[in-house]
Amino acid sequence: MGANAKLQQQQLSQFHNHHLLQEYEKQIGSKTASFSVQAYRKWIPKALVGWVMVTCGIALWLYSYMDDDGRLRRKELLQSMCDQRARMLQDQFIASVNHVHALAILISTFHYFKNPSAIDQEMFAEYTARTAFERPLLTGVAYSERVPDSEREEFERKYGWTIKTMQREAPPIRNEYAPVILSQETVSYLQSIDMMSGEEDRENIVRARSTGKAVFTGPFRLLGSNHLGVVLTFPVYKPKLPSSSTVQQRIEATAGYLGGSFDVESLVENLLGKLAGNQAILVNVYDVTNSSDPLIMYGHEDQEGDTSLVLESKLDFQDPFRKHKMVCRYHDNASWNWSAIITTGLFWMVGILIGYIFYGAGNHIVKVEDEFNEMEELKSRAEAADIAKSQFLAMVSHEIRTPMNGVLGMLALLLDTDLSSTQRDYAQTAQACGQALITLINEVLDRAKIEAGKLDLETVPFHLRSLLDDVLSLFSEKSRNKSIELAVFVSDNVPELVVGDPGRFRQVITNLVGNSVKFTERGHIFLRVHLEEHAKAVKNSKSNISSPMDGEESDSRQFGTLSALEAADEWNSWDTFKYFVAEEGFTMKDSSNGGTTHEDATGNLVTLRVCVEDTGIGIPLPAQYRVFMPFVQADSSTSRTYGGTGIGLSISKSLVELMGGQIKFVSRPRVGSTFTFTAVLQRYQGNDVNNAEKKRNAEDLPSSFRGLKAVIVDAKPVRAAVTRYHLKRLGIVVEVASSIKVAATMFGENDTLAAGKNSQPDIVLMEKDACFSGEEHGSPVWPSDWKQNGNKNSVRKFAKMILIATNISNWEVERAKEAGFEDTVIMKPLRASMMAACLHQVLGTGRKKSQGKGSSNYLQSSLLCGKKILVVDDNRVNQRVAAGALKKFGANVECADSGKAALELLQIPHGFDACFMDIQMPEMDGFEATRQIRQMEEQANEKSGAEGSIVEDGEDGWHLPVLAMTADVVQATYEECVKCGMDGYVSKPFEEQKLHQAVAKFFQDKPISRS
Amino acid sequence: MLVGFGAERLGADMNRLLALLFHQGVLDEQFLQLQQLEDETSPNFVSEVVSIFFHESEKLLTSLRSLLMMVEGDHDQDHEGGLEYGKIGVHLNQFMGSSSSIGAKRVRNVCLAFRAASDHHNRHGCLRALEQLEHEYCYLKNKLHEFFQLEQQKVLAAGVRYPMNHYNNNININS
Repeated sequence: MGANAKLQQQQLSQFHNHHLLQEYEKQIGSKTASFSVQAYRKWIPKALVGWVMVTCGIALWLYSYMDDDGRLRRKELLQSMCDQRARMLQDQFIASVNHVHALAILISTFHYFKNPSAIDQEMFAEYTARTAFERPLLTGVAYSERVPDSEREEFERKYGWTIKTMQREAPPIRNEYAPVILSQETVSYLQSIDMMSGEEDRENIVRARSTGKAVFTGPFRLLGSNHLGVVLTFPVYKPKLPSSSTVQQRIEATAGYLGGSFDVESLVENLLGKLAGNQAILVNVYDVTNSSDPLIMYGHEDQEGDTSLVLESKLDFQDPFRKHKMVCRYHDNASWNWSAIITTGLFWMVGILIGYIFYGAGNHIVKVEDEFNEMEELKSRAEAADIAKSQFLAMVSHEIRTPMNGVLGMLALLLDTDLSSTQRDYAQTAQACGQALITLINEVLDRAKIEAGKLDLETVPFHLRSLLDDVLSLFSEKSRNKSIELAVFVSDNVPELVVGDPGRFRQVITNLVGNSVKFTERGHIFLRVHLEEHAKAVKNSKSNISSPMDGEESDSRQFGTLSALEAADEWNSWDTFKYFVAEEGFTMKDSSNGGTTHEDATGNLVTLRVCVEDTGIGIPLPAQYRVFMPFVQADSSTSRTYGGTGIGLSISKSLVELMGGQIKFVSRPRVGSTFTFTAVLQRYQGNDVNNAEKKRNAEDLPSSFRGLKAVIVDAKPVRAAVTRYHLKRLGIVVEVASSIKVAATMFGENDTLAAGKNSQPDIVLMEKDACFSGEEHGSPVWPSDWKQNGNKNSVRKFAKMILIATNISNWEVERAKEAGFEDTVIMKPLRASMMAACLHQVLGTGRKKSQGKGSSNYLQSSLLCGKKILVVDDNRVNQRVAAGALKKFGANVECADSGKAALELLQIPHGFDACFMDIQMPEMDGFEATRQIRQMEEQANEKSGAEGSIVEDGEDGWHLPVLAMTADVVQATYEECVKCGMDGYVSKPFEEQKLHQAVAKFFQDKPISRS
Repeated sequence: MLVGFGAERLGADMNRLLALLFHQGVLDEQFLQLQQLEDETSPNFVSEVVSIFFHESEKLLTSLRSLLMMVEGDHDQDHEGGLEYGKIGVHLNQFMGSSSSIGAKRVRNVCLAFRAASDHHNRHGCLRALEQLEHEYCYLKNKLHEFFQLEQQKVLAAGVRYPMNHYNNNININS
C-alpha cells in the first residue's frame, strides 16, 4: 500500500544518506593518508624523548672527547717531564758512577801498583774534593781496604787505629774487615769504620767484588745527614783482572772497596729544582728490586696531589741487581675543562631547543590538521545536510502536491454540489487556501531546484505584452478591491516576440506585482518594460536636463506618477517618462523606413528592463539588505499582517540571475518601493515565420479597430500614456487631452477646420476623476454637451464616450450615465484584450467568435480534428481511456492490442498521423515496436528516394510521430524513448492538460496535416 | 418539481459517495480526469471504461489465483516457481496499469505490494496480497456499482424533466 511505498522511499533515502556518509568518510580517509605527520602523531612525544636522549648522548660524547683530548695532552706532558727528569737523574747517576769507577782505577793504580802507595789520606781528600763537581750526586767517597782477620793486627798497627764498627765499637771477629782508610772530607767520619759491619754495606761489598761492577744498596737513612740515600760500592782489584775472570778469581783479587753515598733526597731535590715546571709535578723515586715492596728513595709516601694520573719512568743506574723507577704525578688535580663544558653545554642547549621547536611544530601541525579535519567533516556534514535538505524539500513538496491535488479536486467537486452560502464560503476558502499552499509548495520546489542547480530555462518564443496583460489580470480583482491603480506599459521599441522562458519571466513579474499588491493600500502599481539601452539613454539625457525642474516639482506636491502619489524612485515620474513616450512617437513614425535596420543593428539579444513601482508601505531601511534572502520578510510583523513566506523575492532574484539580469530596488518607507530587474532575452528570428506569428498574435487582438481615432481625456500624463499604449496596440490612433476643455478646443471648435476628416474622434475615453473633478469645479458637463452636439452633427454621432475607472460605485455609475457615459465603463487595470472586448460592445463591430471558455474548447477539439491516431496498449482499460481522451480533442482513434498488431496496422502506406505507444507490453514492448516502425519508414523512404516518385509526402518522407505512454516518469526512460526514435512522452495516467500539451507541441509545429 | 429535486438529491448523493471514496483513498484524481473526458459524444465513457476494467480485472484475478496455486503446488521446484512469479509480475503490471488509469488508487497500491512480494518470491506475502487485492477490488466494484446506479437514477430523474435522447443509453448500462 501507500505506507509500503513510503517505507521503501525512506529506506532508499536512508540508504542514500548512508552512501553519502560513506563517501565523505572515504574522502576524509584519503585526505589523512596524504599527510605524513598525522600518521605518526603518536610518535611525536617519543621522537622528542629520543631526540633529547640523542642530544644528551652526543653532548656527553663531545665532552668526553674534548676532555680526553685534554687529559691525553696532560698525560703526555707529564710523561715527557717525567722522562726528562728520569733521564737527567740517570745521566747524573751514571756520570757519578763512572767517576767513582775512575777513582777506583786511580786507587788501584796509585795505591796498589805503586809501592809504596802514592796516595795517602790527605791527597785522596784533596783529590776527591777537587773532583767533587764530577759527582754531583755523591755526598762523598771513601775507600776501605780488604783486611782479612789474619792481617788485622798488622793493619791496625800500620795505621795506628783500631777497626771500629758503625756503632764505633770494636768489631767482632770475622773473616775479614773493610775499614775505611781513605775518605773525602765530607765523609771523614767514616775513617776507620769497618764497612763490613753495616748490613747493607757488607752485602754491597760482597756483591760488588763478585760482579766487579758498581752496586747500590737499597735506600736507607744515611749516617750523619739522616737523609735517605743509597750507597754505591765499587771493588778495587789488586792484579789486573782479565775481563773473563770468574767470581772466585774476582773475590781473590779484591783489594778493597770504593764506596760513595748518594744523598738521594737532597741531591734529587737540587737536580729537579733546576728544571722548569718543578712546582707542577711531584716526583717519587723508588727502589723496586723487591717488586712487592718498593722502597722509596725520594719523595713523600703520602698521597697528595693528583692521584688519578700517575706515570712512571724507568731508571737504570747500571746496577743489574737493583731496579729503580721514577713515579711522577701532578701536584694539582686536573682543572675543569671549561671550553669543553661550555661547548657541550651550548650544543646540548641548541639540540634541546631544536628538538623542542620540532616537537612544537609537529604538535601544532597535528593540532591544526585535527582542526582542519574537524572543520572539513563539519563542512561536509553541513553540505550533506544541505543536500539532504534540498532533497527532502523536493521530495516532501512532491509528496504534498499529490494529496493536495486530491484535496483541490474534491473541493472543486464539493463546490459543484448544492451548498448553502456559508458552506460554499467555507469550501471556497478551503480551495483558496489549498491553492495558496500549492503555490507555496511550488515555490519551495523552485527554490530547491534553483539551489540544486537543476532549473533549466526554456527558450520558446512568447508574446511579451500579452503575458504582461495576463499577469495584470491575475491581480485585477485585488487591485480593484483596494482601489489601486494597476497599469502596464511597454515601450514600443521592445520587440513583440521574444524568446525566453515565459513561465519564469512571468513568475518573476507575478511575484513582484503580487508583493506590490499585497503591500499597497492606496495609489498605484505600475509595471513598465523598456529596452535597457533605451532606458540608459533616457536616464543620461534626463540627468542633463532635470536639475532645474526638481525644485519646482517638490513644491507643487503633485508627483508626476500614475496616481500622483509620491513614488520611491522619482526616475519613474512623468519627467522621465515623457522621454520614453516622446521617443516612442519618434520611433513609431520612423518604423516604416528605419525600424528594421535599427533592430538588426542591436543584434540578437535584447536586454529588457522591467520596473514595478508601487506606493505601498515600503521596506524599512534596516530590512532592505536582507530582502532577497530566502524566508526573510521585512520584519516578522509583516508576515503576521500580510502573510506570505518571503521566499518569492529570493526565487525571483535567482531566476533573474538565471536570465542574465540583475534585480534591485529603491524603497522608501511609507512612500513605496520600486523593483527593477533586467533580463536578457533573444529576439525572435526568422522573418517569414515572424510574419505568420505576428498574424497569429494579431488575431489575439482584433484588428477591426485599426484606423479608429480616440481621444483620451486625462490630466495625468503617465496614466494617459498607459491608456494610449493599450489603444495603440489595438491599432487606434490616439490623441491626449489634459482636460475636457483642451479636448473641446481640439475637436469641438476645430471641426470646421478639420473638415470632418480624420481629426474627428471615434472614441472618447475619460478618466473617472477627470470627469468628476470637472463637475465639482462647476464647469458644465461638457461630454453631454458634446453628445448633444453630436446628435446634430453626423460625424460626432459616432464618438463613443467611455469612462475608465479603477472602481466605481453604483451611484457613480448613475452619475456617469447622467453625464453621458451610458456607453460603457472600462474597469482598470487596462488590458488590450479587455479594452477590445469593451470596444466591440460599444462599437458593435467585429462579430467574431465569442471570447472565453468556448474558444479554448474550440482550440482543443480543433487541435486533432480529423487526425487519425493509433493507440497501442495491451491494457484495454488504458486503451479505452487514451482513446477517449484523444477523441475529445477530435481525433479519430484506432486501437491496437500489441506491438505486433500495431506494426501490421502501420505497414506503409498508412493513414495515421500519430501513434501513442505503451512501453510495457508483453511480447514486443514499445521501444522495440518503435524501432521497427522507424526501420520500416527508413526502408520506405529509401525506396521512395530511389524512385524519386513521391515528392509531395514532404522532404522528410515518412515519419510517424510516436509518443510514448508510460507510468514511471524517470529521466532514463525518457532518454531511452528518444533513443528508440520516439518523439514525445506522455505520462500515465493521462491528464487532459498534459496530453494536450504533448500533442499540441507536436501538431502546432506541423500545422499542415498529411491527410 | 419533485423529480427535479430528486435529480439534484441524487447528484448530491453521487458527490458524497465520490467524496467518501476519495477520502478513503479508494479513488484518486485520475477518476475525475476520466469524468472530464465524458461529454456529449461519449456520454457513458466512464462506465464503459470501468466495465472494461472490471472485465479485465476479473480475468486477471482468476489467473493470478490459479498461478499462485500452481506456485504453491510446485514450490519445491525453484525454476518453475520463478517462471510463475514472472507471469504474476506481468499480470500485476497489467492490473496496475488499468487501475491507475481509472484512478483506483488503493487497488493499485495493493498491486504494488503484491508485486514487491512476488519479486521476492514470497508466496505467503503473495497470497496475503491477493486476498487483500480481491477485497479491495470487491469494495471498489461495489462502490462503483452504487455510483453508477445513482448516476442512472439521476439521469432518469433528469431525463424526465429534460428529455434528451442520448441519455437513454445510460439506462441500459451493465457493468
